[in-house]
Amino acid sequence: MRDIAVVATAHSAVTSTTETPVESLVPVLNEVLANAGLQRSDVGFWCHGSCDYMIGQPFSFVQAVDALGAWPPIVESHVEMDGAWAMYEAWMKIATGECDTAVVFGNGKSSSADMFAVMALQLDPYTDAPLGLDQVSMAGLQARAALDAGVISERGMAEVAARSRRNAMTNPHALVSGEVSVDELLAAPRLHDPLRMHDLPTPGDGVSALVLAAGDVARSISDRPAWIRAIDHRIDAQRLGGRNLATVASATEAARRCGVGDGRIDVAEIHAPFTHEELLLTAALGIDPSVTEINPSGGALVSNVLMAAGLARVAHAAERVMHGTADRVLAHATQGPCLQQNLVCVMEGE
Amino acid sequence: MSDDVLRVRTPIGVDYGWTAGPRSTAYLQGLIDGKLLGKRCPTCTKVYFPPRNGTCPMCGVLLGDDDVEVGPAGTVTTFCVVNVPFLGQKIVPPYVAATILLDGADIGVQHLILGIDADKVRMGMRVEAVWKDSSQWGPTLENIDHFQPTGEPDVEFTDYAGQL
Repeated sequence: MRDIAVVATAHSAVTSTTETPVESLVPVLNEVLANAGLQRSDVGFWCHGSCDYMIGQPFSFVQAVDALGAWPPIVESHVEMDGAWAMYEAWMKIATGECDTAVVFGNGKSSSADMFAVMALQLDPYTDAPLGLDQVSMAGLQARAALDAGVISERGMAEVAARSRRNAMTNPHALVSGEVSVDELLAAPRLHDPLRMHDLPTPGDGVSALVLAAGDVARSISDRPAWIRAIDHRIDAQRLGGRNLATVASATEAARRCGVGDGRIDVAEIHAPFTHEELLLTAALGIDPSVTEINPSGGALVSNVLMAAGLARVAHAAERVMHGTADRVLAHATQGPCLQQNLVCVMEGE
Repeated sequence: MSDDVLRVRTPIGVDYGWTAGPRSTAYLQGLIDGKLLGKRCPTCTKVYFPPRNGTCPMCGVLLGDDDVEVGPAGTVTTFCVVNVPFLGQKIVPPYVAATILLDGADIGVQHLILGIDADKVRMGMRVEAVWKDSSQWGPTLENIDHFQPTGEPDVEFTDYAGQL
């Protein structure tokens, strides 16, 4: 197996933009290429994650190629998933020896519609979608299941929110940040019982991008590449009634296959748009919060650029390795209703 | 068998807002004012009308901020004679849908050719915009009712082969 690493990253996030999604891509792609010292013509493979439902235009993902400079012809692909899954495809492309470098990007424009309603469109159209659930209702079901099972607490959820906002103060791409006390958060009313406002993600428009490179190419680009030692993704049953919502079996399996427990994890970037999801995932992934720094970026709670937020976790975790402030990190991304699909990636410095 | 559920209705709706982006906004605003405004690629200097997603897809860069006025005359680069009637058709066939390369632009736009028999339309033919009354103008290329021949000599194929 070839050694493959993250060698450069770039992000953008705003509450709402009047640019087209394609216009928003260009500066971030320019930045990630500049950070890697690459020209567009140096890139072996481009891989993109996005969702047409977000702007309501079938095949709108094809327009993203307009941001790449596809002449002479390039090699590119798209997944109708978060950019983290685009990274998985690019990682495989490099692993098979087809190319040495790849630019991976995910983007979303959450401001174009009610994303909580859009995300409900992935439910089974015959049995679940007609119930009128939106994403917050689904999250509420899972939070209630976990609270009743005694595996999480409302105080624990508020602690996640408070820590995320505090961590966000050092993340220039965070859309909400600041010091707030847990008691203050718990004093707020339950809006979607048992969820309070602080349990919900902060939607944003933007892009996350990273560059993958193999072996010596990676070493020539970065002084300290974030080597991908393991990557895996697993999926649970789609139907909410078809699994125990107080557990995340697919995340546990992906973590096991990545050997997460084989050594100390310095930093874990966990893709958890809702507070209770972070608690469920921390347990499912086998992360010890007393040892591992969790979501130092603030996570999706403070900047939820749909279809980029998972890739952003990989990028932020990799940044810690590249900056030399962590040796072994975990990045996680999720898709589907109530943490249905889970991707785990373990990266290390050399 | 007669008790089987053969069909269910599951109504779902989502309302979307669409942002044109600053470059397409200039194009749409120009149409409201009766102007045909494109944008130039700072790298390859091609002029896009309309400025599509705001980028030059060939170069992968944002188009320049400056407006570039194109037309109102142009050249037919390719065309199709519509002979088939269909529901909602506004014009009696046969008529011509053409790709017109407006003067100063590097990408053709689709429009209608009138004022000439359909079988007389040809590649390289010079045409000009015939605008609707300004009271009917909005942010749409339909402000131009159609294009008609100018009577100028045809353009050589080699002169527009790069913009087909």
